[in-house]
Order: sequence, then C-alpha cells, then structure tokens
Amino acid sequence: MIAFLVRRLLQAIAVMAVVALCAFFMFQFVGDPVNQMVAEDATAEDREYLREQLGLNDPIPVQFANFALNAARGNYGVSYQHKRPVSALILERMPATLELAVTAAIMAALLGVPMGVYTGLRRHGFMSKLVMTLSLIGISLPTFLIGILLIYLFAVILGWLPSFGRGDVIKMGAWESNFLSVSGLKSIILPANTLALFQMTFIMRLIRSEMLEVLRTDFIKFARARGLPNRAINYGHALKNTLVPVITIIGLQLGSLIAFAIITETVFQWPGMGQLFLQAVQVVDIPIMSAYLILIAFFFVVINLIVDMLYYVVDPRLRVDQPAGGGHG
Amino acid sequence: MQGDSQALLSVRNLRIEFPTRRGTLVAVDDISFDISPGEILGVVGESGAGKSLTGAAIIGLLEPPGRIAQGEIILEGERIDNLPYEAIRRIRGRRIGAIFQDPLTSLNPLYSVSRQLTETIQTHLPMNDKQARDRALELLDEVGIPGAEERIDHYPHQFSGGMRQRVVIALALCAEPRLIIADEPTTALDVSIQAQIISLLKRLCKDHGTAVMLVTHDMGVIAEAADRVAVMYSGRIAEIGPVQEVVRAAKHPYTHGLMGSIPHIGHHVDQLTQIEGSMPRLQEIPPGCPFNPRCEDVTDRCRVERPNLQPAEHSEVACHLFDGQTAEVQVNE
Repeated sequence: MIAFLVRRLLQAIAVMAVVALCAFFMFQFVGDPVNQMVAEDATAEDREYLREQLGLNDPIPVQFANFALNAARGNYGVSYQHKRPVSALILERMPATLELAVTAAIMAALLGVPMGVYTGLRRHGFMSKLVMTLSLIGISLPTFLIGILLIYLFAVILGWLPSFGRGDVIKMGAWESNFLSVSGLKSIILPANTLALFQMTFIMRLIRSEMLEVLRTDFIKFARARGLPNRAINYGHALKNTLVPVITIIGLQLGSLIAFAIITETVFQWPGMGQLFLQAVQVVDIPIMSAYLILIAFFFVVINLIVDMLYYVVDPRLRVDQPAGGGHG
Repeated sequence: MQGDSQALLSVRNLRIEFPTRRGTLVAVDDISFDISPGEILGVVGESGAGKSLTGAAIIGLLEPPGRIAQGEIILEGERIDNLPYEAIRRIRGRRIGAIFQDPLTSLNPLYSVSRQLTETIQTHLPMNDKQARDRALELLDEVGIPGAEERIDHYPHQFSGGMRQRVVIALALCAEPRLIIADEPTTALDVSIQAQIISLLKRLCKDHGTAVMLVTHDMGVIAEAADRVAVMYSGRIAEIGPVQEVVRAAKHPYTHGLMGSIPHIGHHVDQLTQIEGSMPRLQEIPPGCPFNPRCEDVTDRCRVERPNLQPAEHSEVACHLFDGQTAEVQVNE
C-alpha cells in the first residue's frame, strides 16, 4: 500500500511538472506580456527595465525553475487585468465553483446510481424504458441549452427561482457559501441541475450497462443458486462489481465538472473560476490562464489519486501481496 | 419407473421450450427420472442435449425465454416447479444445492470466502455471526482446504482452481441440502485435480447422505462416481440405468457408440469407433427417434414413431429395438 502510494505520488508530481511546463510556455508564446503592462508611449528603456524586473531576460530553464517554485508555493504572479495576485483572485472564486460542481456531482450520483440499478434490473419494464428514453435528452442536449431552457421555465415563466448570480452568500472565514441562506440555496438549484443532468444520465446509463453485464456472470447465477435474497444479490454482489468503472467515471466527471463548469457559469452569471478564466482569455491575462491550467490539472491529479485508492478499497485483486522488497519499480 | 414415495426428486414428463420468433424450440422433451436419497445420478450427453437445462429447471433458474411448458418436478413429495419465486428461492441452497462448471467465475471476486460462506449460511440457518463463521471453518476443513483458519479471510483470487472448486462445494453444502445439482463440476479443472474433486464430492455425499445429479459429458467421471446414469440425446433420455450396465452393456445404439468412442487401457484398437454425423440442432430434430439419421440399425418405424422409455434388464431404453423383449410386460404405457 505504501509503495503503491509513493509510486502514485511520484507520478502525480511528474504530471504536475509537465503541466507547469505547458503553463510556463504560455507566457513565451502568447504574446509579450510587457506589451500588456506598459503604457503605449513607454520608451525602450522602460520596457527593458520591466523585462529585467520580471526576470524575462534570464535563461529559459532558470525562468521555468522560478516559475515552478513560485507555482508550488501558490504564487502565480499578478493579474495583468486586475493588478492583484492571481492566487487571491482564484481563491475568491473557488468556493463558488466547488460548491456548484460538488452539488451537481452529489445530485448526479444520488439519482443516477439507483436509477441505473433500477433500469438494469427491470430492463423490460415500462418505467425503465421511459427513463432510458428521457435520458437520451440529458445525454444529447448541450449544457447551455438545458441551462437556458431551465431559466426560461423556472425563472421567466414560473418565476420561482433566480436566473443568475449566487444570491446572498454567507462568509465563513475565506469561504463564501451558498448553503446558509435561502436565496443562496435557491440560486444554486438551476445551475446545479443544469450541470448535473448530463452527469446523472451518464452515470445512470453506465451503471445500467454494467449491471446488465454483471448480472450475466456466473457468480451471480451461483449466488442465486445458493438461495441468497434478491436484495443481497442486486445491491451487494452485483452493484459492488459495477463500482470500479463507475468510480473511475464519476471521478473523471467530477474533474470535468470543475473544469468545464465554465459554460454553466457563463449562462447563469455564476461568479466562479470559470468566469474568471473566460474574462482572462478575452484580455490575454496570461497569469490567470496559466494558474487556472495548473489548478485544474491539480484537481484532476488529486481526484485520480483518490480514485486509485478507492480501487484499492473496492477490489481485493488489486491489493497484490507484494513480497518483501518487492516495492521497487 | 420407480415409485414416487421413495424418490427424493422426481421429474415427470418435463418439457422445456424456448419460444422464438420462428416458432417454439423444444430443448427438453418429455423426460422423466427419479433420484433416490443419497444416490448419485450421472447425466451425460453432448452439448445441447438438454442436461444443464434440466438442472437449471429443477432449481428454478431457467433463463428466460426458456420455460417449463409441461411436466412436474417433485421434491420430497412436494411439487416445486410451480412455486412462487420466494418459495423456490428458499429451497435453493437449503434443500437443493448447486455447483457450477467454472470455479474461477463462480465466486464473487470482491467478497472474501468467509463472507460468501457466512452469508449463505445465515440466509438459510438461524445462526449468529460467530456460529456461522465456525460452521464456515468446519466446511472449509471438510472440503480439504488446508489451514482453513487462515485461508477463510482470503479472496477467491488467492485460491487455485481446484481450491476454488472446493470452496464452491463448501458453499453448496452450507445448509446441508438433500440434493446437489453438479453441472460439469470438473470440466474446467486440470485432469489431475478432476479426480480429487470427484472423489471429494463422492465422499462428502456419502457422509452427508446427499444425493447428486451429476451433469457431465465425461463418461470417465460418470463411471467413477455415479450409481445410475441417464444418457440424454436431443432433449430426451435415450437410456437410463445402473452405471455398470450402461457402461458395460449399453443397449441404445447411441450409448453403444458413445462407449465405443472411449479408449480402454490394455485394449489395442487401431481406430476408436465414432458416431457419424452430429446431434441435430433444436430446430431440425427429425420425427420419430431423434437419433435415426445416425443410427446403424435404423428401421422405417424409427423415422415415424417416437420410441418411449421401456424396461430392458435393469435399465430403461428408448429404442424400438427393445420393443419385442418386453411387449408382454408393457401395461402402464
């Protein structure tokens, strides 16, 4: 277990180093940052002075080393546009995105898993067929369209829920939360549903097809032949055997939810990291873009690490008994 | 036929059908047999002869669209083929155990052996966790798993194929069923392990007084383990009788051919007999005797009239060749 963890951590560090390299090269290729920072009538000396100040005249490897060290310490430089440290900007926006993504993921899993089990068990039932047909909508409609439709129905026609923003957020230390006020809770319903719908149908269809697969296996037949009750077979033996692929997908999806909440955040004017990133792209605010890239990669790496450890918990076949000294490699 | 009173399991005129778009396929056609308490009945036949389906029908696990179209299955005097799902579930494992072909896939890979054993024990017997675990240990010990105390918490992948089949047997024995349906229990194992598993099965059934329906296509296994043997062909029983008689003095031309195709040590033959052709597919079973296109002794009657099982010596044979011998005793058919 320890050897496994160490190996995975080393891999994670390697991945992060590569991502940092990409983020670093953004500075090199996406225009000259000095152009963004100096006034239009700046002299060549002014520019040169600024280059020297920013370390842009150092050899590339030295620049990268500085960049990586700063990034590891959470220092991503100063936003060209906002003139404030990028890390502070991102930290301000992160709670909004994380709350939205995690709410969506929990909704998707809580609804998607039981629906997948149900449609897998009763695949010829009327309800199953209805749900499967409706799920095609969730799979095929683009997120922004779902968002707009929900806004039209619940905000414009019915007027039950706000169509944009986070409502009243309550501050807990540095964390601004949606969950402590009525308007905050009301505000998160539409964007979270928008984001969750695709994930939910996706998880449901995945669990269903995995269930169909597992229910055909010999050990399920043998479990029936031993007279075990259906509940134990369906929710114990069968569902547990669908979990490895499902955990993988849910993990990756959570990563995508955080990274690609951008569209939903735009539709709902949700003040999260995605919006910050989009604005940064429009004005070529490279420090924010590169920090966002690194941060998203970091989320993916952490989620993957957790997923790998969950495999370990779920599937005993992966807990290979390594002989003493077998931990190398 | 034997009287129902002493039979543990009695299958009467069982017919299994698969409705398809192109008409109904009859996979098992009007078969009847009994299993006495403690008896090992071997069921042999080629793939598709209907032997596994018969086993599945007995434990109520026919997979749709397959269904019992006709006939009765009677366990200890009680009809079980028409029971509701919950009732037949309680019989499975408790009164009829089952062992399947492939021990590598019969066990849930994510649950430890102890969990699978105690779960089965507690489903059928009123035991607390401690008692169930003790019983699980006893069972593992009994099926010959060395170091059961330590091995019980291992997962299936930590056992070899032969050891896994022992675990499967322990699982089938959890609630002391009176009958075990063993569907090709040795087919997936190494030859050297096969003999061990068969002798283990034989010993356990003798100790516990458990009857076995041993489904296999391996005549060697039958000869080794069974008391009586039923030979199936195209969903029907061709011949059923004491194992010695069927193996040594086969009556049905099909059984005869089957026995001739087995090499015997010490007898030198240039070529083993083989039966020309192959068993007909379900949609092409000929009228009359299903074996008639391949039979060397075929008569016109075989092509028209279906032979019924009739006594011949200690066996029963479904072949017109044996009609004359017993014409005067035929009263009940």
